[in-house]
Parts: sequence; structure tokens; C-alpha cells
Amino acid sequence: MTAISKTTNGGPPRENLAKGMGVFSFALGIPQILAPGRVNRLIGVRDDATTRMWMRAVGTREIAAGVGIFSQRRPTPWLWARVAGDTMDLALLATALRTKSKRQGRTLAATGAVAGAFAADLVDSLKLSRGEAPAAAQEEPEAKGMHVKAAITVRRDRDELYAFWRDFERFPEFMAHLEEVSSTGPDRSHWRARGPLGMDVEWDAEITEDVPGERISWRSLEGAKVDNSGSVRFVPAPRDQGTEVHIELQYDIPGGSVGSLIAKLFGEEPALQIKDDLRRFKQIVETGEIARSDGAPEGQVNKRQLKPRPARPLGDEELATTSAGGTS
Amino acid sequence: MRATVWSGRNKVAVENVPDPKILNDRDAIVKISSTAICGSDLHLYDGYIPAMRKGDILGHEFMGEIVETGKGVSNLAVGDRVVVPFPIACGNCGMCATGLFSGCENSNPNAGMAEKMWGHAPGGIFGYSSMTGGYAGGQAEYVRVPYADVSPLKVPDGMPNDKVLFLSDIFPTGYMGAENAEIEPGETVAVWGCGPVGQFAIASAYLMGAERVIAIDRFEYRLRMAREKAGAETINYEQQPVREALREMTGGRGPDHCIDAAGMESHHHNPGMYAYDRVKQATRLESERGYALREAILNCRSGGTVSIAGVYGGFMDKFPIGAIMNRSLTIRSGQCHVQRYLRPLLERIENGDIDPSFVITHRMALDEASKGYETFKHKQDECVKVVLTP
Repeated sequence: MTAISKTTNGGPPRENLAKGMGVFSFALGIPQILAPGRVNRLIGVRDDATTRMWMRAVGTREIAAGVGIFSQRRPTPWLWARVAGDTMDLALLATALRTKSKRQGRTLAATGAVAGAFAADLVDSLKLSRGEAPAAAQEEPEAKGMHVKAAITVRRDRDELYAFWRDFERFPEFMAHLEEVSSTGPDRSHWRARGPLGMDVEWDAEITEDVPGERISWRSLEGAKVDNSGSVRFVPAPRDQGTEVHIELQYDIPGGSVGSLIAKLFGEEPALQIKDDLRRFKQIVETGEIARSDGAPEGQVNKRQLKPRPARPLGDEELATTSAGGTS
Repeated sequence: MRATVWSGRNKVAVENVPDPKILNDRDAIVKISSTAICGSDLHLYDGYIPAMRKGDILGHEFMGEIVETGKGVSNLAVGDRVVVPFPIACGNCGMCATGLFSGCENSNPNAGMAEKMWGHAPGGIFGYSSMTGGYAGGQAEYVRVPYADVSPLKVPDGMPNDKVLFLSDIFPTGYMGAENAEIEPGETVAVWGCGPVGQFAIASAYLMGAERVIAIDRFEYRLRMAREKAGAETINYEQQPVREALREMTGGRGPDHCIDAAGMESHHHNPGMYAYDRVKQATRLESERGYALREAILNCRSGGTVSIAGVYGGFMDKFPIGAIMNRSLTIRSGQCHVQRYLRPLLERIENGDIDPSFVITHRMALDEASKGYETFKHKQDECVKVVLTP
């Protein structure tokens, strides 16, 4: 019934590749530090205090590489560190082979394995270096804001819905986050909203496009703390089902990406808010009221759906604190 | 007021709670005179329906007297005796306009929650968890009825409660179950489940012209009720294998149409088979036990229709989609659109075609609700239907 889509910035493409190599580093490094003797014997080199010291050093290098890959924003240098480490390992193993260690077969096998790892590490490091986005999860959101779209079908004709929507002062009836919208001129309005964390936000807006029965667009004016714009389109729905109402909102969230995260935590994620708003709009237009239950006395509010009340009538005190009239 | 509230798995309690109030202009408050426990209430009792909260008032089969109306209700007056459908419908949206009242687009204030589970959100229901809106139910002394100008049906003077109470849910549900089976006169229909909905499905199938109705269950007393009250032939699946019995009774063809009136807590006689779904359900790897449904699909004659009347909540394992596709079966289902059956079925009752009170086996006071749930759940004392009086 409602369709929604949104786009935000970000999205790490090669995360898994680097992660795999990081895991490999840990898997190798931990036994090298904790059980160097065993590893020495496994790869067929002579096991004594010196070789164990080398093994522990190598293990430490591996762990460091793993930590670097997982914790740093740009892991690529650490992946190259792996390549350097593999080179060093190959050199060490070559020495072991020349001195004809006790178990040549095993050492050869270990050399083969390291050579394989070296090749893989080299190829992966090259891939990641070649201009792909940094491989580990990055958080470099540019404060471009949020773009939100939603649609709902209402069983009324478009002129009626246009007229309802053109009267911006009615927005707080169904838009939960708006406290008040007042007309300040033929195409101008003043808006007051409840932002995340209970901070009120106010701004002025103007209508940028107005096609009766079809489309209304608006935009916040200079000086708005929250730059935002929106548009609503009214499209006849097929087969006498009424009108499709398509809404698009674009706005910067105060506080950048951190603000967006907080908004999500408090259940006021704009993408979900607009769905609730449209549902309430449809209820008002079609039924004359907002559907309210004992478990959800404010009506459709996403926050409430995360923490419903029990389905039993409200006491007098509770009823007084819950706003009548539908918006929370 | 006193009300039956959900208190956790296998626990209900009758507590003092605030009286309901008018919240919207189209509301009415009903003083309840008669209310029943539904088989689907047992899914709540057994803890299989998510989004229940301790303290939720249960009950969606009720009737009573209007004691207060909001400003927007003009068709009902204080003192009117009404029976109230369990789905809450606004009457104005596309769904309501096309008669699909249980799919009302406006009546569920927790639509976002339901959408995540089911793709889109159906309408609200009394006393059936937050997913269907978190509305207080009717196993209580009073209830708030939204959109009162749409759904409640005025009861004719002189008609006893027992005869019309079940218009709230189980009679229309059984009837729509039979309707969904697309029965043609002269055909053979098999019904899985002889609980109250099954009994009404059987009776309705005959009203629609079925020649033979075969009722399947394992409780002898329920099979007896089906035979004596509705005239059905019966199979006790713990005594004879269903497949063989159905084939013999239909000359090898299988029933023309099948109705699943068992739902998500169905039972299988084979312990191994029963264990599969039962264990998965207990560990929440699966939400349904679909034995009856699987059997209905596999036994239905090719080209026939399987009507799912029983309640299901989520996702089922091992669904015989191959049988459906390869043998041209039709599946029809839906939460009952009670509102569209109220008047036609009231007429049937008034004409004497059927007396729905035949399913009532136990009557208790509202305060005995806990005992009522236990008796109904464990089918003690040959229980079929429990009616509570506040």
C-alpha cells in the first residue's frame, strides 16, 4: 500500500576481501606466538630457542597485520605489509631448506603454502590498491542528507486531495513531527517541528511549484537550520481506486550522520515517519479520524510500534497525557 | 471493570482494569452480555502468536448493549442490542468497499508491524495482539467499538443471545470457509477439524448444496456432533488412515473440495510425523503445524479447491506446492470478512435453517475464564464451545 525508498551515502565494496585476509593473519599469528615449538616442528625446521624467537616475532607481525586490517580506515597499507611479511617468510624458509633441516618434506610444503599466500596477498593488495574504495568498513558519510520517497493510494479524486494538501496548515494533523505550520504569505509559510532529542526546529518555506490537482513543491528558505524541500504529486489510480499520492522529501539532518543515527535510534527515522504520516493522511481523508487503539492510542506512530502499550483501556491520567486528535 | 487478560503462556487472569472510553467520534461503548472463547484464542494462550503483551485484554466474539456513542454515530442508539464482528473495518477504504473487510486499510494503527510479517497490513482485530492493532478485546464487561456506524449488527427483539452470538466470528468463518471451497450442488466435500468452525463449515457446506460432507477429527464426541447436528459422514484419523478412507468413500477420486478448519496447531497421529513440526514449532524454527493442510492438499481431487479457514500466523515447512501446481488445485483463504455475511446469515437463523447455539457445551461466568480456557484447550468434559457471561 505504501512504497518507500531512500538513498544515503556510503557502502563498502571490498570489505569481505580484506576481512578474509585479516582473519587469515590472526589464524596464523596466534599459534605462532602461543605454540612456536609446534609450528616449528610442523613446518619441519629445527626447533630451538632461536627458531622459536623468530617464530614468535613472525607471529607478532601477523597479529599486527590483522589488527591493522580490521581497525584502520584504510587497510590497504596493511595488506601490503602482509606481502612484505610473506617475502620475509619465504626468505627464512629458504634458509631452512639450504641448511637441510630435519624434515625437508614439511619445509617444502610450508614454503609452497607461503608462496601461495604470497601470491594471493599480492593479487588482492593490487586489486584493492587499484583505485577501489577502501576495503574495510568506512564511515565517511558526506553530509548530503536524506532523500525519502513514499506513496499511498487514497480513495478520493485528485482535486480533493490537492486542496487538502495545499492547505499547509493542516500538515500537523497527520505529520507527527510537526508542531505547527502557519501561512505567512500567499506562497510562504512558517514551520515548527520537533526534532530528535526534543529540540524544536523552525524554518520558513516557500512554494516553488503549484499545479492545481497535480503537483505542489516547496523549499525551505535561506537561514533554515534544516535545509529541506519536498514535493507531492497526485496521480489518478487505475480502475477507479482513487488517487495515488507520491511524496518526495529531501533534507539535511541536523548533526550530519550522527544526527541520522540518533534519529534512527529514537524511532524517528524519516523514512518510516513519512510512511506513518501518509497512513494518517489516508485515514483522515477516508474515515474522518485517525485510527486509535488501546495499545496505540496516538494512532500510527512508528515509535509506538517498537514499544506497544498493553491492549487495555487507558486510565484517566494516562488519557490526559496522551494527546487527543491523533498526533503525538 | 473486570476483564480477561493474557498473562503469559497458558495463563489468563480476570483483573480489574479501567473502563473503556470514547477516543474517536465514530466509537461506541458496548456493555457485553455474552462472549465466547475462540479456537484462535488458544493460539494466544499457547504462546504462538507474537506481539502479545501481559495485560492485553482477550476476546473477539461478543455481543451486548450500546451504552455510549461518539458524535459521529447516528445509526445506533443507547440501548440497542448488537452483535459485533471481530474484524475492525472503517467502511471507507478500497478493501472495505470491495467487501474485504478484514483487510481494512485504515483500522490497524500498528500497520507497520504487520507489514513486516505479511507484506501488507490487514485491518485491526479485537483482542488479538499488537500486530492486529492492539485493540482491547471483548472477554470483559465493556468494550470500545471503533467505526460503530459500520459493523455492529442490531439484533431483532426476542432473539436469544445464544442464537446470534456466533455471528461475531465462527458462523461466518465456517460459512466463508465453505464458500471459498467453491462447492457445486451434488459435490463431495471433506472438512478437517470438527471444532466449532469446522461444525459451521460442515453445516454451511450442506446449505450450499453439497451432497456429502466428510468430517475428519480424532475426538469421538466432536465427530458425533458432526454426524448428529449436521449429518456428516466421519473419519476418526486415529482409527483409520484418512487417505484410504477418503479414497474408498469417493470411489478413488478423492473429495471434490477440501476445507482446512484445523489451523496452525493441528495434530498428527503418527508420533514421528507429529514430532517434526511440533519440535520445530516449539523451538520457533517454524510457526505452524500444517498436518491438516498438507493432508487436505494431497487428498483433494485434481482441479479441486482447498479452502483454508483455520488460522495461520507465519511460515510453514514442507508445503506441497508440487501437488498444487501439478494437479491444478486452487487455494482460497482469508481472515473472515464477517461484515458481509451478517445479514444473510441472520436471515438463515430467522428462517430456522440453522440454530448456531448447537455448538455451545459449556457456560461460565466471566470470572471463571481461566477454567474456561483450560477446559477448552484440553477438550475436557467433551468441550466444544465455552460461552462466558460477565
